[in-house]
Amino acid sequence: MNATPSSKDFILQVEHLSMKFGGLVAIGDLSFQARRGEITALIGPNGAGKTTVFNCITGFYKPSEGMITLNRNDGSTYLLERLPNHEIPARAKVARTFQNIRLFSGMTLLENLLVAQHNKLMKASGYTVLGLFGVPSYRKASAESIELAKYWLEKADLVERADDPAGDLPYGAQRRLEIARAMCTGPELLCLDEPAAGLNPKESAALNDLLMGIKATGTSILLIEHDMSVVMQISDHVVVLEYGRKISDGNPQSVRTDPRVIAAYLGVDDEEVETVLTEVGDEDVIEQLDIGPDAAHGPGNSASMMAGPVSDTVEHGDEGERVTVSKGASKAAQVDARAASIASKPVAPPPATKSAPAAKPAAKTGTAKADTKKPATKAPTKAKGISNRLDAPRGGKADSLIRIKGIGPVNERKLNEHGIFHFDQIAAWKKADIEAAEAYLAFDGRIAREDWIGQAKTLAKEVAAKPATGGGRK
Amino acid sequence: MAATVSSERDTVATPVQRAFREALYAGVISFGLFVLFIGLRTDQNISNELILVQRWGLLAIVVGAVAVGRFLYVAYAIPAMERSKAEKAAAPAVVAEPGFIKQNFNKIGATVLILYPIAMVLLFGFQGSLKWVDNFGIQILIYVMLAWGLNIVVGLAGLLDLGYVAFYAVGAYAYALLGTHFGLSFWILLPAAGAMAAFWGVMLGFPVLRLRGDYLAIVTLAFGEIIRLVLINWREVTNGSAGISGIPKVSFFGLMSFNVSDPNYIAKVLHIAQSGAYYKIFLYYLALGLCFLTAFVTIRLRRLPVGRAWEALREDEIACRSLGINTTTTKLTAFATGAMFGGFAGSFFAARQGFVSPESFVFLESAIILAIVVLGGMGSLGGIAVAALVMIGGTEILRELDFLKAVFGPDFTPELYRMLLFGMAMVIVMLWKPRGFVGSREPTAFLKERRAVSSSFTKEGHG
Repeated sequence: MNATPSSKDFILQVEHLSMKFGGLVAIGDLSFQARRGEITALIGPNGAGKTTVFNCITGFYKPSEGMITLNRNDGSTYLLERLPNHEIPARAKVARTFQNIRLFSGMTLLENLLVAQHNKLMKASGYTVLGLFGVPSYRKASAESIELAKYWLEKADLVERADDPAGDLPYGAQRRLEIARAMCTGPELLCLDEPAAGLNPKESAALNDLLMGIKATGTSILLIEHDMSVVMQISDHVVVLEYGRKISDGNPQSVRTDPRVIAAYLGVDDEEVETVLTEVGDEDVIEQLDIGPDAAHGPGNSASMMAGPVSDTVEHGDEGERVTVSKGASKAAQVDARAASIASKPVAPPPATKSAPAAKPAAKTGTAKADTKKPATKAPTKAKGISNRLDAPRGGKADSLIRIKGIGPVNERKLNEHGIFHFDQIAAWKKADIEAAEAYLAFDGRIAREDWIGQAKTLAKEVAAKPATGGGRK
Repeated sequence: MAATVSSERDTVATPVQRAFREALYAGVISFGLFVLFIGLRTDQNISNELILVQRWGLLAIVVGAVAVGRFLYVAYAIPAMERSKAEKAAAPAVVAEPGFIKQNFNKIGATVLILYPIAMVLLFGFQGSLKWVDNFGIQILIYVMLAWGLNIVVGLAGLLDLGYVAFYAVGAYAYALLGTHFGLSFWILLPAAGAMAAFWGVMLGFPVLRLRGDYLAIVTLAFGEIIRLVLINWREVTNGSAGISGIPKVSFFGLMSFNVSDPNYIAKVLHIAQSGAYYKIFLYYLALGLCFLTAFVTIRLRRLPVGRAWEALREDEIACRSLGINTTTTKLTAFATGAMFGGFAGSFFAARQGFVSPESFVFLESAIILAIVVLGGMGSLGGIAVAALVMIGGTEILRELDFLKAVFGPDFTPELYRMLLFGMAMVIVMLWKPRGFVGSREPTAFLKERRAVSSSFTKEGHG
């Protein structure tokens, strides 16, 4: 472990964490850090993958990729993804609670807290052998463990009910007991999965006090929470997830005002959604728009960077293997797109307005993916090295590049961004052009292997033979 | 059936009137039902022809019984039940102070068990007491020991084990083989048999660690059968179905022997009359001692971290792992400890019988032991001891009920009905007390006062 000095400030470092369930990507390339002695909140809408992150950290899942490093206060470092499940609390000192409370309901409160001190007591009882004969050292350890349990029961305001079964407690008290039980393992990092879920405001305030008290003892806290009052009040650092990716990271104030976070939670206006979905090429939306033609909302009056966030999960990796959420589902990505569109609008009005009418017939024939409205403004900054790029498709209409085997809608969009719209452009590529294209598409030798040039040549001839039928998809 | 009268008439009619009417309906319905079942019977006469035997008298008795029963039930039983219910509701809720017997149940039980053989000898004499000490006392104690051993696996750790008899068999054969071939003493073989059974407990535990619930039950069931089939088929070692006989008797710590031919035979040493009862009484106290050992260890273990981990495992395995408990070793120790007590019981069984064969270790034994644990209340030692007394003692006592022959005729053999009665008793007990005789759980630690945890909170475990 090449721990740099600065890494010691962080109790937990999550790097490039990915978790896939079959084809479903629950977490995609997530990186964040939790500072020692602070409360780090992990927030996000339902299904964003927060609990999956927890399960990876606490060893209930083995992550598909990535590294989770825990730096203990004594300087030792553990790679949590390599530790067996039960050793993470025992050795790395990470404790957790559960979203649906998991208490030992048939055992008393005190017993619950004594079970949490299992490893310490096992050693003291000489792995049962000495304890069976009741040696004094075990008696002492046993008394100490009861004292510790009592301390945490008092902290959680439950000492009155110490001898009642845990299942008999009201909901809020069960939440506090679960936290107290986790604290009895002596953790350095406490992971709380929605501790305030289902609590009334009074109980929620009591929970805040308890958590601040825990923080004061020097235990770092990682917190999943939906209740913004809890998050904003007590957390020092907030990480926002949406669809398994991090969309924001910072102190509560900055996260609170981040438009992407607001969009992820509140959504964006319907008009904006439509605009963005059209940009993304959502066929349903475009069809709907076509039914009632509406000049104001016609597609193509803005640029799109949509290829970025939404398609990321589709893109890298083997084609078709990954499943991701439907296009346009990510609200944060829509905001990105919106921002981009606003930024680019004044720069490139002529091609945008020009391409708008052309987009409609294309959409009607069901070729919405043929991204005709690609702005020329973006291309020059990114496309370097491809010699024969165009500022706009000839005749305002691009060939359907996806007809070339190996080019999917995403690559088509990327090529369009580079100013590649027609088969004959690809057919004319030289070696240097191929290298440049491969660099941008992050393909190694695929263009040559799949003979894009050859395919493009035949297709270019076809197009030349019967022009303007529209690049229908196979 | 007959209670389909409308509610308006209910309010008008007095209970007796209504009862009369319902009795009439019940009589009519039972007549309709039974006229062909009971009133007529097909039979064969001497010339092998099918004839119809008419039994109108019997039919009249049955129909009359139904009608009278319904009348009594509606007219007197229902109002009486409602009255008592109303009284109970009206009476102020008094917290019933547990009686003297309930408070000191364990001490009284232990005293009774210690004095039992003495009482039997005083009542029936040495020869007469044999049956009561052996068939009842020792037999029940063996099952108590087995059930307490299984209680660790099923009751505490919540792992459903249907093959527990396998460990009983391992213990018995370990004792029988080592005893007959090497002539080792009981006091060496007892721990050896326990260790052997514990070893096989771990062997079973490893492959089934990942299984839970029904799946675990099936695999343990199969394990029990495998052990029995190995015992039957490995003739060179186990002598197959013929079993192993001539297993040495237990000696009184090597000081006195119970073999009449030995020079240090107990009657010769102590200069008392020769009797087979000495050995049985000695075995009784030996079994009792082993039971006390089992109980002591179980109670101690429950208060140790490992015992708490077992119970926590039963309550919630995932929470256990989140607290750093190694569930693998915890499950294995539960299997091993339970199996060890099974092994002790097995070696004692072999010593007592002087003969073992695979016939003694069939699945029915596993089922009976499990039934005792469930009937007694999982996790409770006292309840399980009572359940063993009821189930094993109950079946034994049926052999003694000769007076039933006077009632049901000389062909009646009560032993044949014992399994039927046994099953009925179990159904009734489980309806009446679904979590067994003692459903509540004693906490292992307390701050202020020890209060039993109600059975509604404890879980049975998922396997």
